[in-house]
Amino acid sequence: MKLAFILAYKNLVGSGLRTWLNVSVLSFAFVLIIFYNGMIDGWNEQARRDGIAWEYGGGHLLNGDYDPYDPFTLQDGHDTLPTSENKGLIPVLMRQASIYPEGRMMSVILKGIDPGQTTLKLPTQLLAERSTDLPVIIGKRMAEATNLEVGDEVLIRWRDKDGTYDASKATVVDVFDTNVPAVDNGQMWISIHQLWQMTGLQNHATLYISETARNSMEVEGWEFKSQQELLQDLSDIIEMKKVSGSIMYLLLLAIALLAIFDTQVLSIFRRQREIGTYIALGMTRLRVVWLFTIEGSMYSLLATAVGCIYGIPLFIYMATAGIGMPTASQNSGVIVAARIFPVYGAGLILGTMALVVVSATIVSFLPARKISTMNPVDALKGKIQ
Amino acid sequence: MSEEKIISIENVTKRFPVGDGEFTALKDINLEFRKGEFAGLVGPSGSGKTTLLNIIGSLDSPSEGRAIVMGRNISDLSHKESALLRNLHLGFIFQVYNLLPVYTVYENVEFSLLLQNKTSAERKKAVMQALEWVGLQDMADKKPSKLSGGEGQRVAIARAMVKKPDIVLADEPTANLDAKNAHAIIQTMKDLNKALQTTFIFSTHDEKVMSYLDRMIHLEDGKINQDEHISHQMSKP
Repeated sequence: MKLAFILAYKNLVGSGLRTWLNVSVLSFAFVLIIFYNGMIDGWNEQARRDGIAWEYGGGHLLNGDYDPYDPFTLQDGHDTLPTSENKGLIPVLMRQASIYPEGRMMSVILKGIDPGQTTLKLPTQLLAERSTDLPVIIGKRMAEATNLEVGDEVLIRWRDKDGTYDASKATVVDVFDTNVPAVDNGQMWISIHQLWQMTGLQNHATLYISETARNSMEVEGWEFKSQQELLQDLSDIIEMKKVSGSIMYLLLLAIALLAIFDTQVLSIFRRQREIGTYIALGMTRLRVVWLFTIEGSMYSLLATAVGCIYGIPLFIYMATAGIGMPTASQNSGVIVAARIFPVYGAGLILGTMALVVVSATIVSFLPARKISTMNPVDALKGKIQ
Repeated sequence: MSEEKIISIENVTKRFPVGDGEFTALKDINLEFRKGEFAGLVGPSGSGKTTLLNIIGSLDSPSEGRAIVMGRNISDLSHKESALLRNLHLGFIFQVYNLLPVYTVYENVEFSLLLQNKTSAERKKAVMQALEWVGLQDMADKKPSKLSGGEGQRVAIARAMVKKPDIVLADEPTANLDAKNAHAIIQTMKDLNKALQTTFIFSTHDEKVMSYLDRMIHLEDGKINQDEHISHQMSKP
């Protein structure tokens, strides 16, 4: 085994430029796979963290009549919860409304939340300030869409529980910056106590946010969704992105493996005399097959070593400085941070190494199998076609 | 030369498929070699010299008959057993040297010993001794591409001899060498034959080689024409 590695290493290094070309292509594929997956993992991790911090908390208890994918259910999808049941839950009441920034009418969702909550990162404590009659907070996307800034007033029109229209001027007390579009786009956050007063829906909530993470909750007429379930859509998107992205790096890996396969086929044809000599000197054919297979695997080992030389500083830099995401991605509706910090776990690195080494070994073994059927006499004469 | 019989060829016939038919390279060959012989299979191209050498070297097996080398019937050996036989008991010298191009002279000579799992110290001692036999101690670090034809063949001899085999099989060892180098090479092998009692069997049609042989087996069309033992009374040219 050790001998095969020594011989394979000598043969590879002795082959010069051809070896280093294969190694560099394979190392590039190796680094790219880790980089891309690290980026996706970083996105995933940040998105999950941001989703929990800004929107999901420890899980949502949704009113049974409310469907997050159907805005028409906002009208009736709310109810009260017995006091005994709502411990550790933050009520959120959602109502449709219209605002008139700069004379334009825009539909918004008014979200009433307890200003004293600390589970979500929303700066809701500002809603408790009594400097204005109706303080609201909005996200940066909403601010951009409406041209509203901190201190601006905007007219809000809403309907109470009986369907009667009412209107009032609201003052923007804060524009928060979040990576979670679901708490920003088309939404205005106000104190739930004020919303209860405005709508007459005292103690009603569309959903409750759990202050602590829990897996299940049984309340009649309500449906509990855990963090895991709430993040499922995001996980699906990220998984899909991972698969589509993998096509790119698998193509690159395939090119590198094809180069190794080609090199091996050529090598076995060109080195027939050498193979015959190995056999004449006392190597079994299987041992020669093993030698050539290890030679192919060695490309992958060298590639991982070379990949580490330039990859590790690159990965460290990326993980520290992050990668800026285009502005357009912020409006995609998916949780994407302005800067993604790739995450490189041991599993990712070792898994990628295993993928590269195993695939290189397989493509090396396939042509090397031919040696086991070679006639050493023909090999010594270089007669094998 | 001792009386110990180390090779016995009994009624060996070798046929190769050619197109739809067969070509018979060796026809009912019977031969014996004893330890310490300096013998040659001589004859024109296609006479079966190399085929017989390959069978003795367990690189090929007879279609009929038995080839017994070091007490082992070649036809009965598995791949692993014949590899072991070659590694422990047989040395090969080829017409085109067949040195491994990416290894140095030292590493080329060392190769057989690596397969025998000898220690580093044992290998070094044996390799340097083998290089001394062929006068190439100073070229241990050179690559084969930097050697002349004569030097390359001397490395091949060192590689064959380093493990002190019982038999060395040399297939046209002087075919690519000029007269001066050819004589030097043969003389080296002759010296080793005497010093180590190694059996040398050549395949050759080179007059220069023939003049050194103690035994000449003439082959023609796969048959033995003549098997003559020569006593050398005169000094070599």
